[in-house]
Amino acid sequence: MPGDPLPLVPWAGTRQSATEFKSDQEVRWCPGCGDYAVLAAVQGFLPELGLARENIVFVSGIGCSSRFPYYMNTYGMHSIHGRAPAIATGLATSRTDLSVWVVTGDGDALSIGGNHLIHALRRNVNLKILLFNNRIYGLTKGQYSPTSETGKITRSTPMGSLETPFNPASLAIGAEATFIARTLDSDRHHLVDVLRQAAVHQGTALVEIYQNCNIFNDGAFAVLKDKRSAQEAVIRLEHGKPIRFGHAGGKGVIRDTATGRLRVVPVTAGNEADVLVHDAHETDPGTAFALSRLADPHTLHHTPIGVLRQVERPDYDTQMAGQLDAAVERDGKGDLAALLAGTDTWTVKE
Amino acid sequence: MPEPAGAARHTKPTRRLHQVVIRFAGDSGDGMQLTGDRFTSQTAAFGNDLSTLPNFPAEIRAPAGTLPGVSSFQLHFADHDILTPGDAPDVLVAMNPAALKANLPDVPAGADIIVDSDEFTPRALQKVGYATSPLDSGALDRFNAHAVPLTALTTEALKDFALSRKEADRCKNMFALGLLSWMYHRPTTGTETFLKRKFAARPHLADANIAALRAGWNFGETTETFAASYDVPPATSAFPPGTYRNISGNLALSYGLIAAGRRADLPVYLGSYPITPASDILHELSRHKNFGVRAFQAEDEIAAIGAALGAAFGGSLAVTTTSGPGMALKSETVGLAVSLELPLLIIDIQRGGPSTGLPTKTEQADLLQAMYGRNGEAPVPVVAPRTPADCFDTVIEAARIALTYRTPVFLLSDGYLAHGSEPWKIPDPDELPDLRQQFAVRPNHTTDDGTEVFWPYKRHPDTLARPWAVPGTPGLEHRIGGIEKQDGTGHISYDPGNHDHMVRVRQAKIDGIGVPDLLVDDPTDDADLLVLGWGSSYGPITAAVRRLRGEGERVAQAHLRHLNPRPRNLGTVLARYRRVLVPEMNLGQLSALLRATYLKDVTAHTQVTGMPFSAERLATTLREALHAR
Repeated sequence: MPGDPLPLVPWAGTRQSATEFKSDQEVRWCPGCGDYAVLAAVQGFLPELGLARENIVFVSGIGCSSRFPYYMNTYGMHSIHGRAPAIATGLATSRTDLSVWVVTGDGDALSIGGNHLIHALRRNVNLKILLFNNRIYGLTKGQYSPTSETGKITRSTPMGSLETPFNPASLAIGAEATFIARTLDSDRHHLVDVLRQAAVHQGTALVEIYQNCNIFNDGAFAVLKDKRSAQEAVIRLEHGKPIRFGHAGGKGVIRDTATGRLRVVPVTAGNEADVLVHDAHETDPGTAFALSRLADPHTLHHTPIGVLRQVERPDYDTQMAGQLDAAVERDGKGDLAALLAGTDTWTVKE
Repeated sequence: MPEPAGAARHTKPTRRLHQVVIRFAGDSGDGMQLTGDRFTSQTAAFGNDLSTLPNFPAEIRAPAGTLPGVSSFQLHFADHDILTPGDAPDVLVAMNPAALKANLPDVPAGADIIVDSDEFTPRALQKVGYATSPLDSGALDRFNAHAVPLTALTTEALKDFALSRKEADRCKNMFALGLLSWMYHRPTTGTETFLKRKFAARPHLADANIAALRAGWNFGETTETFAASYDVPPATSAFPPGTYRNISGNLALSYGLIAAGRRADLPVYLGSYPITPASDILHELSRHKNFGVRAFQAEDEIAAIGAALGAAFGGSLAVTTTSGPGMALKSETVGLAVSLELPLLIIDIQRGGPSTGLPTKTEQADLLQAMYGRNGEAPVPVVAPRTPADCFDTVIEAARIALTYRTPVFLLSDGYLAHGSEPWKIPDPDELPDLRQQFAVRPNHTTDDGTEVFWPYKRHPDTLARPWAVPGTPGLEHRIGGIEKQDGTGHISYDPGNHDHMVRVRQAKIDGIGVPDLLVDDPTDDADLLVLGWGSSYGPITAAVRRLRGEGERVAQAHLRHLNPRPRNLGTVLARYRRVLVPEMNLGQLSALLRATYLKDVTAHTQVTGMPFSAERLATTLREALHAR
């Protein structure tokens, strides 16, 4: 494959199909759950990566989305609440020949497991993290989550949530993430395009997937999915292209020269040249951060989707392996007898 | 610079001793741990048997000259086989009034006390509540006190070196070491080599420290303060032939892990979060990357064990190191490891608890946490080393159990073993146990339609261990998790009968682990009283038992390495003795297990001072037990 993006993970050798990636287990999400679409997209896109199936591992925490590994005919571990990034870190850093994926949700990744997520991101371990964000707790039956909107009425907040939600992409930028993308469960084409880019990224890739929980938070992202409203609500980011959206690309994002803030404006002949060109590879995170928070938190209007940021930084696992090699080169392969003896010995004779 | 110091230049009378206990005490910044370490190395090189007890505050630098800032190092050395760092010092070296005041209660009448008289200023005395100087008040009359102006003598000896006053002051621990080396005929060449290496980048400091060391030695030889020196001959008969070194518990654990990795032919993966007194293992393993050891410092205790478990899934010899509070945080992941049935070593260097407790002190109060500290029925094997050197063999045994039975295993060391040290006969790596395991490489089950499949929970008929199929193995793709699973296939199962079966199978697997029978030391074979211990109390218990036998008493002794499962013959052993005394540094945790399991009315003897048992006091307890009706 050209470019050989994951040089240490072996190739399949033969052509694979989506069926090969389906396990024999019956899928047990609620009918109509957004998770089905993501599962189908992942099973459909993995064959095109061409990696040996046995070298792919899915690790999850706890929550509805965390059942994901059971349905993949790869290696997998359904672990405990919030800890998947930590467990996957141990696997990825000890085995650079594996393609390791983490499947998590907004409660799993951002509440109980928040610490592990931010540290995985800053270390830049080779993990592809799929964060299914449905802005609600599903498996525990409908409590507010760390991404639920302020004032959200749920079973645990009958008078409304008092909390300010996390913006996962903003959080990831603050945590020094090298790859951050946002996509929608229902837009298979966009989802697969983002997954493809995440898969070949060296280091940690965080993909936030807006996912519908049709039982406890139905329609949370409806405005981004309805064809008519989406035209005005969704901003599709493409690297190297002007950030335009709306009917006939009639709206664009420009930078206010006085404040440095990003603003959505109608594009005119006069300001067309000022429309921001998306540069996902910009090392300074400022613009990516501004883009991550462009949407109106209440209406979700002007939600950028796509790869917000993709920058190069050495990954942890390759460097860890590199230090082991460097130590062998410097000191020779460890000599156990010499290590045990040390430098201060004495001998007792017969 | 004066001539090198050497035993051959002793001109004063020499008295022969069989054993000596020295305690160096000073401010945290006085270098007492280093002084103790060097005296230990010199003593080891000389061929004595020895045992050490470092004792230091949790604060890195408590306010200078205060009681909380006192740090000490006790060393017991002898011409025969010894077991403990000694109860009471024969010699106390106190570098300031605080060190004297903090340690004086432990010093028996008639012992030698050497103090740095320069530090006994009115201000320093007042800081620790001495109204008058104990050097003048008669408070030291029942001791053999030597007031030596160590600071002034060191400064004078170093006057030709271009040192700041502070730099010169900091050499006084080497002056004290030189003086004690003269008193006890310790060779100092090893320390001189050490100082040259330590200060390689600043040779003038190496020279100054060596000059202070030699000046201290010469001071002993020439001054009238010390009338005689002492000779403690090498402990030739205590050691079987072989090559020896001195080793601490944490170093022995680190080396044991590296050795286990080699003998298992698996890469070692450590996931750890810094915590006293376990951090030394993280530091040590981080230094040996050329052995293929990956040492990962995680963001917290939970991530540390999580990463280790992930590495275990990937086929590493995985380990996590911690102390009590960290072990509490890891509990949920230990439960997951029980459910996943993957090999994992959990090393707990116990310290005083509960909560933060006494971070730098020792205790054995995590036994029941290791046994039961998880949700659900989650049996985990537990082993405990008995001496610093035994940490090496015990961690290899823990690895054997983990790898053979695909289970997490607890190793319970403690602060006393971690920092204490003793001579160790260096093993031949080729004679260590063979720990090699076979990964699963092919399907292990044929379905009714004749298809060859892989069942991740199809068990070995003898060990009940499940196959270890690591990612990257074609055809064996499978999913594991913390949800209850069907035995054999590993599929999610909420079936009541299957859960009952799985709970019992997991228990049976641990209960069925092969462990050696308990050996009982009962020389007369008719003792009435059995003393049964576990872990680091081995030294004090054995020393106490020897004292009693020296008095003609009949006492049996046994010591458990395997706490779960316990030796098959333990019930029979307990039944054989009318009385069983169990000394523990907790409120009777092993005693509770023994009572519950074997219905034996054992007597707990407990102490939770943060310090190891005193052999003498333990002997008194045993004496009372023997003569109680």
